[in-house]
Amino acid sequence: MSGATHLRYEILRALRNPMLYAITLGLPLVLFYGVASGQRHVIHDGTTFPLYFMTAMAVYSAMFAVTAPGARIARDRASGWTRQMMVTPLRARTEVIAKVITMYLLALLSLVLLFLAGASLGVRLSATQWLELAGLLLVGVAPLAVLALILGYLLPSDALAPAVGGVVILLALFGGVYGFQLASSGPLFDVMKGLPSYWLVLAGDATVNRGNWPAQAWITIAVWVVVLVPVAMLAFRRSARRV
Amino acid sequence: MTTTPEAGPGIVLSGLAKSYGAVRAVRDVDLVIAPGETVALLGPNGAGKTTTIDMMIGLTKPDSGTVSIFGSPPAAARQAGWVGAMLQTGSPLDHLRVREIVTLMASYYPHPLPVDDVLQMTGATEFARRWTSKLSGGQAQRVRFAAALVGNPDLLLLDEPTASIDVAGRRDFWQAMRGVTAQGKTVVFATHYLEEADAYADRIVLMSGGQIVADGPATEIKAQAGSRTIRATLPGVDVGALAALPGVRSAQRHGDAVVLSCSDADVALSALLRTFPTARDIEVTGGSLEEAFLELTASEPDSRHDTAEATR
Repeated sequence: MSGATHLRYEILRALRNPMLYAITLGLPLVLFYGVASGQRHVIHDGTTFPLYFMTAMAVYSAMFAVTAPGARIARDRASGWTRQMMVTPLRARTEVIAKVITMYLLALLSLVLLFLAGASLGVRLSATQWLELAGLLLVGVAPLAVLALILGYLLPSDALAPAVGGVVILLALFGGVYGFQLASSGPLFDVMKGLPSYWLVLAGDATVNRGNWPAQAWITIAVWVVVLVPVAMLAFRRSARRV
Repeated sequence: MTTTPEAGPGIVLSGLAKSYGAVRAVRDVDLVIAPGETVALLGPNGAGKTTTIDMMIGLTKPDSGTVSIFGSPPAAARQAGWVGAMLQTGSPLDHLRVREIVTLMASYYPHPLPVDDVLQMTGATEFARRWTSKLSGGQAQRVRFAAALVGNPDLLLLDEPTASIDVAGRRDFWQAMRGVTAQGKTVVFATHYLEEADAYADRIVLMSGGQIVADGPATEIKAQAGSRTIRATLPGVDVGALAALPGVRSAQRHGDAVVLSCSDADVALSALLRTFPTARDIEVTGGSLEEAFLELTASEPDSRHDTAEATR
């Protein structure tokens, strides 16, 4: 099976990137310990601060981890090797699937590390809650994964880091990831509820406080994915052509 | 299921054309290449060689015309693993070792060659464990060559394979290529080095301005371009008037010197002396491939009357 070797090297390349450890995985951990370790016993919104802050950081970190491989797509394109691979029998589908699996692997890795960090500061959840939190976050970041693919296939490599960073930060800001909401009613609130990041924040809440992750969340995420996947396919085909 | 191409039709390009905006990169190219042939696409920069190769691989979609690779369209030929290519650009993927990237390329093909054999053949064994980001230009070129070969393709397309390497590296490269062509593979390579085309191709397809201007073995191309050249010092004479002399196929000016490519040098020489008695330092030489190259690639319609520029 040719796809297996491709996937293996794709993952290997991601794991060999020093930026993965410095930024994607390292930064959220540093932030988490830096902020939460001094406030282990503070109660925030009815939960301990480390739990509250761990879920917030988990959202942020999953968003960044899942978009990280997008930057590599653009760099590989810039190197010219992507065209070299397009001459081989490698199928576009194999390539895209390998990228998505890698994205999810990094997101999962970042979540596991943060959860371990949380546990080390006294966060206690049931096995179901850990799984549910991880599961909902991984579902919720799906639109971001596809978005990162699109940007990776469309933009030149030097534009990519700011573009991906900008998109993640905007989605985080409007989704309320930073711990405050820009609005709680009116047209702006309607826009916020249309963003996957808004529901990502609620995923943490739903798990921890036995709150609700409503059907609207599933629908919003699904619509984003359904709309973005064909765009990603187009972007991929466009990138295959000579500029 | 994997298939192998049947003997019979090799590579067939018919009526191939491609424009980028106002630039007609390739216009109306017809070309048939038999299986097992080694063909050089020779021409100056901008002749349309790369665009032609890209259309053969299916990386570029022609505006009109068709490409058939062993009887199949390029996409199908590619998916069957019949095609290997060494493109002009392409620095090997980072965060991989040389051996790993060749293994990766091998994994895409149904009947790859053993990776170690290919590393050996391309002279990459010594640095097989090196990171791809730490390679010299010549080493990266060997890796790209290994990557094109390892899939064991029936058609090998090489776009200016020796453009970035020194003379010694070039010799090594062609030595390795001889081993490959000996296996009966069809090889098409683009180059602007005449010596390479002359030395390594069974056949030269000369391109200029997006068109094929000559096609055949090197000897035939020389003959086709006219066998003799007259050089003379002749200031202040219009190249158009010189090109119009009987027996002259085309004329070029380099400062005070003029170069006449002749279909009949005897007729041309007497006409030259009759019409321009001031001509001096006259020299008549037999045609070389280089002159054939310059003459044929300079004779596109747009630049017929002032070819000095195109021959630099």
